[in-house]
Amino acid sequence: MAEGVEILGIYDRATTAAVGVRAVLEEGLGEVITYSPVPDRALDQALHVTLSPVRLFVLIGGLLGCATGFIFPIYTVLDWPLITGGKPLISIPPFVVIAFELTILFASLGGMAGFLLLSRLPRVTGRPPDARFTDNMTGISVTCAPEQAAAVRACLARTGASEIRE
Amino acid sequence: MSFATINDDILRTLRPPGRVYYAGLALALAALSIGVLAFLYQARTGMGVAGYEHPVLWAVYITNFVFWVGIAHSGTLISAILFLFRAKWRTAVARAAEAMTVFAVVTAALFPIIHLGRPWFFYWLIPYPNARELWVNFRSPLIWDVFAITTYLTVSVMFLYLGLMPDLAAARDRITDWRRQVYRVLSLGWLGTNRQWRHYMALYGFFAALATPLVVSVHSVVSWDFAVSILPGWHSTIFAPYFVAGAIFSGLAMVITLLVPLRRMLRLESYIRVHHFENLAKLMLMTSLIVSYAYMVEFFIAWYSGSPFEQGTFYDRMFGQYWAYSWMMFTCNVCVPLLLFSKTVRTNLRSLFVISILVNIGMWLERYVIIVSSLSHDFDPANWSGVYEPTWVEAAITVGAFGLFLTLFLLFVKNFPAVSITEMKETMERPAEGDPASAWPEPV
Repeated sequence: MAEGVEILGIYDRATTAAVGVRAVLEEGLGEVITYSPVPDRALDQALHVTLSPVRLFVLIGGLLGCATGFIFPIYTVLDWPLITGGKPLISIPPFVVIAFELTILFASLGGMAGFLLLSRLPRVTGRPPDARFTDNMTGISVTCAPEQAAAVRACLARTGASEIRE
Repeated sequence: MSFATINDDILRTLRPPGRVYYAGLALALAALSIGVLAFLYQARTGMGVAGYEHPVLWAVYITNFVFWVGIAHSGTLISAILFLFRAKWRTAVARAAEAMTVFAVVTAALFPIIHLGRPWFFYWLIPYPNARELWVNFRSPLIWDVFAITTYLTVSVMFLYLGLMPDLAAARDRITDWRRQVYRVLSLGWLGTNRQWRHYMALYGFFAALATPLVVSVHSVVSWDFAVSILPGWHSTIFAPYFVAGAIFSGLAMVITLLVPLRRMLRLESYIRVHHFENLAKLMLMTSLIVSYAYMVEFFIAWYSGSPFEQGTFYDRMFGQYWAYSWMMFTCNVCVPLLLFSKTVRTNLRSLFVISILVNIGMWLERYVIIVSSLSHDFDPANWSGVYEPTWVEAAITVGAFGLFLTLFLLFVKNFPAVSITEMKETMERPAEGDPASAWPEPV
């Protein structure tokens, strides 16, 4: 789709935009990206959104954090054995506190990293194609072959787009 | 109300402020300056100026530390726990509470450093291979604090920032002055595409799920600073839940204290409504009852333990040198919140504001009573006659902490949306009809 054209349909409501998305996809007219001021379930359903892989980043981060929380204190007490308070060198109960906190910390950092990576952020120069997409309008951007452009425009108009432009 | 109105109304709060705002900011900065000067004096002169005297070697600074960590807790309760429970009313107050959390943790984190004799060596608490190849003692609750507070601060900042990202993009696309460039950078180029929302919602849910056990753990760890010692009045198994409930109680009071003037100053009356305050008051009442129950259990266990030291400490707490603090604490934390059983009181913002301030005072005193009265009545009767009294330096640094917190909060509310634009739109889009979860996007 390198030489494709990009057609933007602007809708007043996300529910109407979802109808537009469904129509474009069902007719196989091109690839769709939506822009909306809020996450929308109707758009997600139209786009057949699946579970986000952010969860994997959170899981891996959490497991790494938990392992670090145990391995690091155990390494340090073995590296310089110093009995304090008559407690065993490897005292698991206090290390659980460290492991717990690091599980949460690493899981959160992992999740944030995953989110940024998967959302292709940061992209400081990035702006949505229309400033109203962060305000009150929902947009559908369809990338299609030049010969499909007319069909896409017709489809967007039919499904209630208030404005269509390339 | 439409999406556009929400954008207009909330972004309007970022316009140049009026005289009331500047007066508040000047007051906060003045308080902060007093605290900074007092701290510099203490750092130069030594801890002697802090009024510490054996056996009371933890006092106002540690009281402030516990108080400010506690204040932070309600922000996470509102932003994470109420999110998981799909309590939609949280939307109006969540942003301010989240910001409050971050600034309260920042303020709290300073106190263990202020409390150090040589504060410039605070980094010794961080586990790193130092010149003598010594490591920190991971069995010490003070090191648990380092991990708990660092994690809490990091996660709270990320949670706040994630929620802000779409709102910063909305500000970027609306505001025309020089701040546009700042919002452009801070929004990280947020576009609001379906791909971004999908991952955003997933991460938001995970943050809520991770922050919930974290908030419980943080004040539990803070309580263990005391509970793992053998000192009468501290050595108690109920300390963790007691502290967590107290933290949420005091935090809710602080949210009310801040939001009552804030909604008026930013003219957000149609967003932060009376029923939001009423719900906060209900939560405050519930946590007050938990705290009251914990007070009773403490006294019961002291009596039931049969330990003369334990019994002596609690008797002394009520009728000893610190009786006035204890009775004020009881009045503010146990008796005054009972007024909230009345709907008339709960829905009257003036009375709510006064109650919230009294609860703040009561909860500060609670920490003071727990720390000072227990330390001053240890196992050695020779120590029991002395009375610890805070010095002007400690008072000034306490005032400075409030100054720092308010300065950060005031700067935040005028430069960032104080109410979440995105979440207000979400709750508006699909009012709950039958299905209480219908106003929320499908978790992905």
